[in-house]
Amino acid sequence: MRDPHSERPDDVDPLANAGTGGPELPNSTEVGIDVATEEAESLENADYTHPGDPGTATSATEARSLWGHAWRDLRRNPIFLVSALLIVFLVFVSLWPSVVAGGSPYDCDLAHSREGASGSHPFGFDLQGCDVYNRTVYGARASVSVGVFATLGAALLGTVLGGLAGYFGGWWDGVLSRITEIFFGIPILLGGLVFLSVVPSGSIWPVIGFIVLLGWPQIARIARGSVITAKQNDYVQAARSLGASNSRIMLRHVLPNAVAPIIVVATIALGTYIALEATLSYLGVGLKPPTISWGQDISTAAPQYRNAPHMLLWPAAWLSVTVLAFIMLGDAVRDALDPKLR
Amino acid sequence: MGRYVIRRLLQMIPVFIGSTFLIFLMVYALGDPVTAFFGDRRPDPATAAAIRHEYNLDKPLWQQYLIYMGKIFTGDFGTAFNGEPVVDLMARAWPITIRLALLAVFFQAIVGITLGVLSGLRRGRALDTSVLLATLVVISIPTFVMGYLLQYLFGVNWNIAPVSVSAAAPLDELILPAIVLALVSLAYTTRLTRTSVSENARADYIRTAVAKGLPGRRITVRHLLRNSLIPVVTFLGIDIGNLMGGAIVTERIFNIQGVGYQLYQGILRQNAPTVVGFVTILVIIFLLANLLVDLLYAVLDPRIRLA
Repeated sequence: MRDPHSERPDDVDPLANAGTGGPELPNSTEVGIDVATEEAESLENADYTHPGDPGTATSATEARSLWGHAWRDLRRNPIFLVSALLIVFLVFVSLWPSVVAGGSPYDCDLAHSREGASGSHPFGFDLQGCDVYNRTVYGARASVSVGVFATLGAALLGTVLGGLAGYFGGWWDGVLSRITEIFFGIPILLGGLVFLSVVPSGSIWPVIGFIVLLGWPQIARIARGSVITAKQNDYVQAARSLGASNSRIMLRHVLPNAVAPIIVVATIALGTYIALEATLSYLGVGLKPPTISWGQDISTAAPQYRNAPHMLLWPAAWLSVTVLAFIMLGDAVRDALDPKLR
Repeated sequence: MGRYVIRRLLQMIPVFIGSTFLIFLMVYALGDPVTAFFGDRRPDPATAAAIRHEYNLDKPLWQQYLIYMGKIFTGDFGTAFNGEPVVDLMARAWPITIRLALLAVFFQAIVGITLGVLSGLRRGRALDTSVLLATLVVISIPTFVMGYLLQYLFGVNWNIAPVSVSAAAPLDELILPAIVLALVSLAYTTRLTRTSVSENARADYIRTAVAKGLPGRRITVRHLLRNSLIPVVTFLGIDIGNLMGGAIVTERIFNIQGVGYQLYQGILRQNAPTVVGFVTILVIIFLLANLLVDLLYAVLDPRIRLA
């Protein structure tokens, strides 16, 4: 969790901008509503717009208005609020599963195999007689950490490689385009099956490594496109004619203005990566025991699901809700950041 | 047009080599086909060396790749783990999977575009909101969960569709698997069509068409749809590769003995010729589908000149 003081400037931002008044800025009544709702905003939601903010913190003022607008849009969007709350809950569960769970996920009793729900075991038992609720709670950690780390890795790699290609152009741009085409030629699920079946390990890191390996070209394409758009702006020309160095132009002028589409794509990708990890674990090449993962639990429940559907449905439902939360978040952020829809 | 096709085919060559080499690298360099031959036992070093020599595995990787590709172009894909030529496996598996994938693309195109146009024309209304929500839910349910869910509901509970598909895989048995396979992409198609349609619906030429007094159906189909379809067609083309890759999951659930099934067996048994052979064909199909999409552009939008 971040310290609350660092959030202050961001919360104030939209107001400061509204005060100075751009031509398209709304009237004062809306600003008034902002003041009223500001105190009511929960801290959790503030946390979840932060991934975009480091760019703003180091950027020039022109970047702020977009983020300010977006932030104000987001706080009114019920889809954003619901998904952000869900994600906060999921992150909490994956950090401290023992708080929510009723006991150890490895505490199994074969006598209870495939039993349905009962008083202290709301989700029933699985084939090995383990409590499905506990296993589902503990399964969140693998899914969320694979999703988060894989997205961070793919976004960083994609932004750096794609951004440099878009900024400098030339031969590296051509090479990168060919490389992304090569990676797009391999269906991601198939590549994952082949790669993970020959890399012997059941921990989360090979899975993350693979997703980064096949995921970065998608982000690199987006980054390249948005950097090309951003670098044609007049303020970049102005900065260059003032003698700014390439690195300064890239970091202070181009990056803050090109980062919005990357964040949107990365957020949506996070959800699909979680689904991908579950699919790979379901096929038996992703995470393996003793790591607990939803995909794996669904896979073991699958042959028995006609007799005991609860073993399959609970982890499946949690998995779907998790993916849904991240995709909804990405959707909401996209709507907020897209000036065409405003 | 002819020159354009030739240029695109030439451009495909490096991509084809890159993609197949990447898979080749994963299978032959990261994995070890010879130890996979022996299952859990450790192979006798002399035997292993003999096998390595027989299958050219003692040569440098790029030479192995060249030898392998040379054989492929003469129709020799090697043998599968059970001694059957991979070509025979392909002859059995590809027709089934192509039928499945075409059926899936059919559903995806018809249902996805229809829903997308309906919701795009009524942006912000109840129908639009519910379609958007439904697509979100469909996208977030992974294919293997959706597969079991629909199999349970339609196959077991209501007994409408067959639970598993027979070896011959006739079309009517493939309907449910095709729907499962298509659903996620169908949701993306719907969203893409919706965005494209609602952007184009505000265009000047639509206002002109309305002002001329053209009937609504004609405006939608001839003016709006034709202009909105380009991104959708691109997506459908790119998605064919994903559909065939995603068939691994669907074919496992419904016990369809197609490409996904054979590939999965090949991967589990680390049978290198099966995996690389099937993936090579997949890459070719993917590249040809992309070429076809680019040619379709010219049909949909006469402004695009292919030269």
